[in-house]
Amino acid sequence: MDFLQPTTWAEALEAKAAHPDAVAVAGGTDVMVGINFGHLRPSLLMDLTRVEDLQEWSIEDGAVRLGAGVSYARVIAELGTQLPGLAMASRTIGSPQIRNRGTVGGNLATASPAGDAHPALLAADAQVEVASVRGSRRIPVPDFYTGVKRNAMDADELITAVLVVPPSGPQQYSKIGTRNAMVISVAAFGLALHPDRRAVGTGIGSAAPTPRRAPAAEQFLADELTGTGLWESRAELPAATAGRFGELVADAASPIDDVRGSARYRLHALSVMACRALTWAWADYRTDTGKEV
Amino acid sequence: MSTPTPTRTPTGAPEHLTGPGRGGVGDDAQRPDGVLKVRGEFAYGSDLWMEDMLWGVTVRSPHPYARIRSIDIGAALATPGVRAVLTADDVPGEKVYGLELADQPVLALDVVRHQGEPVALVAADHPETARLAASRIHVDYEVWEPITDARAALGHPTWNQVHDSAAEVTELSRENAHLHPQGNLVRHLKIRTGDPAPTADVVVVGEYEVGMQDQAFLGPESGLAVPAEDGGVELYVATQWLHVDQRQICSALALPPAKVRLTLAGVGGAFGGREDLSMHVHACLLALHTGKPVKMSYNREESFFGHVHRHPATMRYEHGATHDGQLIYVKASIYFDGGAYASSTPAVVGNGGTMGIGPYVVPNVHVDCYGAYTNNPPCGAMRGFGSVQTAFGYESQMDALAAELGMDPVELRCRNAMEEGSPTPTGQVIDSPAPVAELLRRLEAMPMPTRVDDGEVDLRDMPGGVSNTTHGEGVRRGVGYAVAYKNVAFSEGYDDYSTARVRLEVVGGEASATVHTAAAEVGQGLVTVEQQIARTELGVKQVTVHPKDTAVGSAGSTSASRQTYVTGGAVKAACEKVRAQVLARAERLVGRTVPDLRLAGGAVVSDAEDIAVPLVDVLGDEALEETVEWHHRPTEAIDPETGQGFAHVQYAFSAHRAVVDVDTELGLVKVVEMACTQDVGKAINPQAVLGQIQGGTAQGLGLAVMEEILLKDGKVRNPSFTDYLIPTILDMPPMRIEVLEYADPHAPYGLRGVGEAPNISSGPAVLAAIRAATGLPLTRVPVRPEHLTGL
Ligand SMILES: Cc1cc2nc3c(=O)[nH]c(=O)nc-3n(C[C@H](O)[C@H](O)[C@H](O)COP(=O)(O)OP(=O)(O)OC[C@H]3O[C@@H](n4cnc5c(N)ncnc54)[C@H](O)[C@@H]3O)c2cc1C
Repeated sequence: MDFLQPTTWAEALEAKAAHPDAVAVAGGTDVMVGINFGHLRPSLLMDLTRVEDLQEWSIEDGAVRLGAGVSYARVIAELGTQLPGLAMASRTIGSPQIRNRGTVGGNLATASPAGDAHPALLAADAQVEVASVRGSRRIPVPDFYTGVKRNAMDADELITAVLVVPPSGPQQYSKIGTRNAMVISVAAFGLALHPDRRAVGTGIGSAAPTPRRAPAAEQFLADELTGTGLWESRAELPAATAGRFGELVADAASPIDDVRGSARYRLHALSVMACRALTWAWADYRTDTGKEV
Repeated sequence: MSTPTPTRTPTGAPEHLTGPGRGGVGDDAQRPDGVLKVRGEFAYGSDLWMEDMLWGVTVRSPHPYARIRSIDIGAALATPGVRAVLTADDVPGEKVYGLELADQPVLALDVVRHQGEPVALVAADHPETARLAASRIHVDYEVWEPITDARAALGHPTWNQVHDSAAEVTELSRENAHLHPQGNLVRHLKIRTGDPAPTADVVVVGEYEVGMQDQAFLGPESGLAVPAEDGGVELYVATQWLHVDQRQICSALALPPAKVRLTLAGVGGAFGGREDLSMHVHACLLALHTGKPVKMSYNREESFFGHVHRHPATMRYEHGATHDGQLIYVKASIYFDGGAYASSTPAVVGNGGTMGIGPYVVPNVHVDCYGAYTNNPPCGAMRGFGSVQTAFGYESQMDALAAELGMDPVELRCRNAMEEGSPTPTGQVIDSPAPVAELLRRLEAMPMPTRVDDGEVDLRDMPGGVSNTTHGEGVRRGVGYAVAYKNVAFSEGYDDYSTARVRLEVVGGEASATVHTAAAEVGQGLVTVEQQIARTELGVKQVTVHPKDTAVGSAGSTSASRQTYVTGGAVKAACEKVRAQVLARAERLVGRTVPDLRLAGGAVVSDAEDIAVPLVDVLGDEALEETVEWHHRPTEAIDPETGQGFAHVQYAFSAHRAVVDVDTELGLVKVVEMACTQDVGKAINPQAVLGQIQGGTAQGLGLAVMEEILLKDGKVRNPSFTDYLIPTILDMPPMRIEVLEYADPHAPYGLRGVGEAPNISSGPAVLAAIRAATGLPLTRVPVRPEHLTGL
């Protein structure tokens, strides 16, 4: 097994172009597990932690540009306001050690249906910026997941950053696990209210071959809020609306029975989580009167 | 017998432990290996190393049940760097081994009986090479349909419950229905006391199931075998009982004990899972075959296949009582799934049966307890050993009976509680304190955890934790109690002993002792206890713990909560003999008999005569050494038809109160508080006692709500810590603990074994609390969200 340690992004992209089978390592929290279990036997490992640009975040054209190598611990500590949904999702990930090492870029590249960053990024309409020696492009996050643990990157591409517009409304993230910490999700749900656009964003985890949105639920809720004038009045949300929203979220999923949980339980849990998440988000929206939308 | 010294000692071999030099019996003495462990400098079995060593790997069966048609090792042998490929043909001695029955092949003979059964071995100069070669071994299997249900394996279509006659047995007609020549029954234990056809005012019947728990020790199976010049082998291995390993290794290698010398490597937890052999014989075979040191160290996945698990159990109980809650009778059928090989199933059946109705006085008892062979992974020893499973059954029944009677569950338990002088179902009279009711009453008197309601939600206190699934919605609180008892040390007539060699001499101008036993330190702190006893008995500060090895006699297993009792007893007895020698010398020195001479503060002292002779002067340059084999008082085999007899030397009692919050909509559980009361007779090291209670409680909680090896058609679905979940700090709540010290007059210092009892009562208390919160019957553990939501 050979080991590369590029120190600049250009060097990294050249190496990836020369060795498309090189496996990038950011926090290593997926890669090392793969190697330990014998699922991965890469001939070449490429450490990206020396590439400084990847380890930073900035504000660019009003959006947060989150370097692929920023750890969950930093998302929690530094980006709670700009990326509330992602920060909440980050808090549910692994243990302190994993949050110190693990990165959003790594989660994206692994593209596991159980990855916790995905529902939050889906709900927030994030874009993934990928690059190669051929240039860079932006992929809307729903198009990034192409199958179970497969993504839209070409063999010579690496993830540069994730771009997320800061929220105009509350966000929530919930995840079911069968213990209270350090657990892979059995089902997860991300929610973002976008009052500026009168829109709703959702993300579902661990309940389909890929992370996905629940478009019918989003449409239903946006129409309800608009039709009843609730965006403006910030009045109480009818319980039936939250309940129906939960059902529609579950309808969007197509889970399986596996060792972590049954399909029926996952559907049930999604509807409960979505209903509760909406209730909490709406309560935040109602008290958050300072922001004119 | 002279012990030949090995030519070379590996890196990571154990060293003499000295430690801080403070703390006698009853003190919170510090562990002598504590600093090393905290600093990450303690060498575990997986750290063993020799410059020219080879790496051994195991080829395992992917099938739970199959006949081996042929094994082709050609391609593996031809792999560059490979030094040996071995199969059953290369085992020079007995080809099967076992703790109680020799039924388990060292390497598969013609039939594999469980997934993961070792079939062949490879040694190579690099672990990757060894693994690559292993993947090139071609085994041709004729795959058979596995038998995966204990009752089906025994041909018991109905519960053998009501009649005293033998169980209704259906002849097993299918092909290969018998896993072993003698059939699928490992042991059937019967208890028959009192009226065979009792009647009662109130009767409750329940059926219960306990899933397969794993010991989940953190240090995987590891060891290093070094071929010796005398044709023998030195094995450094992380294990639980060096001498029983030695016996089985000798038999497989056809070597005498003098040529198979074991030393305990650093052990990262055991909980019963290291009582059976894992890589022991395999590494020795490869080392003797290649003439090179061979290291074997399992990874996490292989570890799940490399050791036995806790027996899953199905149980049916019938309890009869008077209207005022006096137990009249208990009938029970208990089935333990032993998996493919016997391991310690007979003894597990012994415990499950003899203590299967709990610490209650019941005049009429009818128990049938079975251990069966199936094609599931082999099951054997795990902390609580047969008693953990039955406690879920009998304590669930006590709650069901209380509900039926409209009585408080603690009151019902206290009304039927055993006490000193009570008879057990095996006809044994309990001859030391048995404060069952007091343990429960003390729990009841403890304050309840309070809910802090300051408007802020701390997610860490909620079911689901930081995963943010509830801010209080759907959450209901429940409280549950359970009490349990468990035998300490080996039972049913087993001649149980330990050996200790204690030496007293002057080292660097100070009188110091060395304690040498073969008792495995697996993390529990026996090395600390050995030092404490020697300090108290010999009045010295410096006590060195010699590495654990087979150069001294057997200590028995580090299991059955027995080492502080039995090895502690042996160390105490050896110290007493050394002390007698010292005192005799001192009397010779002062020239007369002094009746109250004792050892204290590094001197021989008499209060009556105001004598204080420093030990340094008494000993001079001579070393006094004594070796003692210490046996606890004998027990008896129980009657095969009635189960009557003095089966157990001592019982340990503990009780738990669990407070849980359940998100009833999502089926998620947060255990809010665990409270425990336990009688330990005498706390030799109070801090270590608390550690055992905390750890045992966590392991019981784990079985109640998450820990299970999931099987499908005999195959393990979750052999990893990603999917075999054990409690984290957010799952294990703070504890309230009260330790009682009612001395057992038969035991050294009056002590009682501590390690297992809290593991037994904790899970049933959690289950009872979840029932109380949800109102659901819940007859299976671990409880999963699906059970709580009906999905
Ligand atoms: C104990 C434990 C607990 C965990 N708990 C959770 C959890 O609760 N939730 C969860 O979602 N995940 C969890 N994980 C999985 C893992 O931590 C996450 O997926 C994490 O985000 C991976 O990030 P990383 O930086 O460690 O990735 P790495 O392991 O370094 O890489 C992962 C993948 O991404 C690729 N990669 C990394 N950076 C780039 C880049 N810039 N461009 C292209 N490809 C790249 C790598 O080649 C590899 O394929 C857990 C893992 C462990 C070991």
